[in-house]
Order: sequence, then C-alpha cells, then structure tokens
Amino acid sequence: MSAREAIERAFRADAARAIASLARALGDLDAAEDAVQEAFLVALERFADGPLPANPAGWIFTAARNRAIDRIRRERVGQAKLERLAALDAIAPADAEDDDAVIPDDRLRLIFACCHPALAPDVRVALTLRALAGLSTEAIAAAFLVPVTTMAQRLVRAKRKIRTARIPFDVPREGELRDRLDAVLTVVYLIFNEGYGTPARSAAPVDLCAEGLRLATLLAKLLPDEPEVLGLHALLLLTDARREARTDADGDLVLLDAQDRTRWDRGAILHGLSVLTRALRADALGPYQLQAAIAAEHARAASIEETDWAAIVGWYDRLLAYDDSPVVALNRAVAVGMARGPGDGLAVIDALAQDERLAQYHLLHASRAGLLRRLGRHAEAHAAYERARRFARHAGDRRFLEERLAAHRP
Amino acid sequence: MEYLALIYVDDNSWAALSESEQQAIFQEYRQVTDAFRSAGVYIDGRPLEGPANATSLRVREGKTALTDGPFAETKEHLGGFYLFRCADLDEALKYAGKIPGARYGTIEVRPVMSM
Repeated sequence: MSAREAIERAFRADAARAIASLARALGDLDAAEDAVQEAFLVALERFADGPLPANPAGWIFTAARNRAIDRIRRERVGQAKLERLAALDAIAPADAEDDDAVIPDDRLRLIFACCHPALAPDVRVALTLRALAGLSTEAIAAAFLVPVTTMAQRLVRAKRKIRTARIPFDVPREGELRDRLDAVLTVVYLIFNEGYGTPARSAAPVDLCAEGLRLATLLAKLLPDEPEVLGLHALLLLTDARREARTDADGDLVLLDAQDRTRWDRGAILHGLSVLTRALRADALGPYQLQAAIAAEHARAASIEETDWAAIVGWYDRLLAYDDSPVVALNRAVAVGMARGPGDGLAVIDALAQDERLAQYHLLHASRAGLLRRLGRHAEAHAAYERARRFARHAGDRRFLEERLAAHRP
Repeated sequence: MEYLALIYVDDNSWAALSESEQQAIFQEYRQVTDAFRSAGVYIDGRPLEGPANATSLRVREGKTALTDGPFAETKEHLGGFYLFRCADLDEALKYAGKIPGARYGTIEVRPVMSM
C-alpha cells in the first residue's frame, strides 16, 4: 500500500463526518467539501513520509475547520461572515471512538439534506455518493454513464441550491420524519440496485453495492428504532449475500433457481435475518421489511423446492398494498405458480397480461413460458419465449432468452 | 390602488452581458428604486434568486409533492403572492403548503436574494 492509499484509507470515513459538521455550520456543502479536500491535500504532504496522526478524525476535522475559517476571513466584511465564523467556532469534532454518542451524528443531517425532496431525484443519489460515500465526481459519472462535465454541473447546481434556498442540514421533525426518510431510503436502495444490476464482468469503477450497503449500515446505526431502516439494511444484506452465486464463470447472470446455494454468504445471511427479526418486532410493516422477508424465505431454504412459497405469496400480498407495480404483481404470480402449481400461476399471469403496462413486459412472457413448459404445453411455451425476446430491451436479456429458446425447442 | 410589477427575464441574455454591463444595470435598479421612492409609489421590491433555486409545491389529496425547479405550466397564471420570512426552506415549504392555491394550483417557492 502506498503512503497515499494509507492516508486515503485513514481519512475517508472521517472525511464524511468532517464534511457533515462543516456543511451544517456553514449551510454550504460546497464550501465544506472544499475545506475537507484542502485538509486532505495537506495531510498527503505532511504524512507522506511519517506516521499518521493518532486521531485522524480529529486531525482532519480541525485542519478542515481552519481552512474554512481562513477562507471566510478573506471574504468581504458583513454580518453573514461573522455569523458563519461563530457557527464554525461552535462545532467540535465528533468523537470517532464513541459509537453510541447521544448527540445525533451530523452525517444523518447531511443525508437528509442530500436527499431533500426539493432536489431532483437523480441528483440526490449523486450528492449522497459524493458527500457521504466520498466518491469522486469522475467515479459517479462513470457509474451512471454520464459525461463527467454533466455530472459535475449537476452537483454544482444542487449544492448551489442547498446554499441559496437554504435547504436545512437537519433531521426532520417527528411529523415529517417518515416521509423524508422514505426519500433517503429510496436513494440508498437505488445506489445498491444500480450496482446489483451491473453484471460482474463489466469492470465497474466503483462497487455501488458496497456503497449502498455501507450507507444502509450507517443509517441503521443512526436510526436503530426505525423499522423500515432496519428493513432496508436486512434486505441489502440478504440480497448481497447471493451476489457471488449470481454470475457464472463467464460472468453471465444465473437465476435464483439455478444458483449454487453453497456460494451464498452465510455470515451475511445470518446478519440479515437477525436485523430483520429486530425490524419485525416493532410490528410496523413497510415495503422494505416485506421485501427483506421475501429475501429471507429464499435465504433460509436449501433449494427452490424446499422454499416456503406459500409464505412468499403471503408477503407479496402485503407488499402489493404498498407497491402495486407490475413487477411486484408479476413476482407474486410466479410465487403462486410455485406454491399452488403452474396452472394457478398461469391463471394469475394471464389476468395480469390484461394490464397495458404489463402486456409488453418481456419478463411476463418469459415467466408465462416457464409455467407453460411445466404444464407440458411446449408449443405455447415456445411462442411465449419468442414474445419475451421481442419485448426484451437489453442485449443481455435477449441473449438469455435466446438460450432458453434453443434449449426448449418444441 | 396597489399594483404589482413583475419582472420577467431570460437567464441567458443576462449571462451574455459583460460584468460591467451587469453592474450598470444594478446601478440603474438602485436609481429607479430611489425615483419610485421619492415619487411616493414605492412599497417594496426585491430581486429573486434564479429559477434553478426554485421549488414547486402542490398538495393533492392531502399529500405534498415537491419538484425541483420553477413552475412550468402555461395554462395557469400568477394569482398572487406571499412574502415569508423563514429560517430555512423547510419552514417556507410548510407555510406554502397551507396556501389554498396549493390544493388546486402550484406554489413556486423562490428565495429572495439577500443583499
């Protein structure tokens, strides 16, 4: 490990806390990031040849605050300047050792600012990755396949709005917490999903799954009594546990029914199950807990056949009350096909196919084909696979369906 | 009778001006404000931050929906205004959400430029 890497590693987690504290004091995320970045450059210079400071968190915080103070002093005189200096003076570094601090962590406030509903949804994701996960603009741009200049511009504009419109760096009041928390959980879920949807062989510049999981872990630590926060944490742990088994040696996608379950991460599964148990104890269900409960049923089962499909159908029924999207309805239909037999599953799917939103959804036809095949109706199954291939938009999906077509010639 | 004079501008044509041209216009604003004042017609006037800093709010079936950016429909017209003094955007949005027009129209919340 080079000296630079050692310093980066030592300061990365602490940088987010320093940015959070400074951003709150200044009401300005951009200035906070600049100050921490400058402090980091000083650290690179100072500690390149010698030992790192005993308390990197305290060091980076103090260095960044001094940079921010210097910069404000150089500005024009004004009331605002004095207020900002006083605000900086009043903050102290969060004690990195004290995990159970009673004082709310400023990172939580920063998440709520970055995921504020007055910001466009896609920029919430980017801001969170930048400010909390410490990813570079270049890495975020690459992960979301947009030019670096476009991403940089989006971030600059969003940070300007935070400062100018005075988006607060605060945990919302009790009455608003649930709604605002939804927006935060959505961002973390999207970050994870973006990583999960990317096949392993495309050398992704950043591991968005790991970033999403890290953020979910942080949220669960900061809001340990929120059942949906725990639900999301459990969902990501249980989903990530299957990551290794999701791709074969060629990097192609392996579906759940064909996965080698010995490659699932048992430690992560046990962790996820215990977090889910804690979430369900509050008896306040929500979509993330329900999705985690479904993932838990799979995680507990030794095989597709030994899976408690009736329980899964039950979870999906409840999930539909929160999310009546076509995808959830279709997954429920597949579960019905497993729990009660392909005939019942087919009846549910055929009813869904009446829905315009689903009629051209390739997975509906692929699932239908699977059920028809199990019923021995091979010609119809073949036609359904053909239809699925016609509607599939991604090359990878089409390739997968072509393989199915070749394997199941009538 | 009181009248509200609304100032509509195009960000691009403003940005196309040089720094000194912009300064000259600021100076002119100060002069006309003084002129309005001495004519006895001036009540209040304030520059707003640009539309990139706007947030649009609607309340439908009791649920508040926010969107980043200015109000973009052309069918609806400017029906009135409130000027709030608030600690932050959340407080401003809270009060904006109580405006009856939020339930059948849209409220655009824009920060007033601090001078």
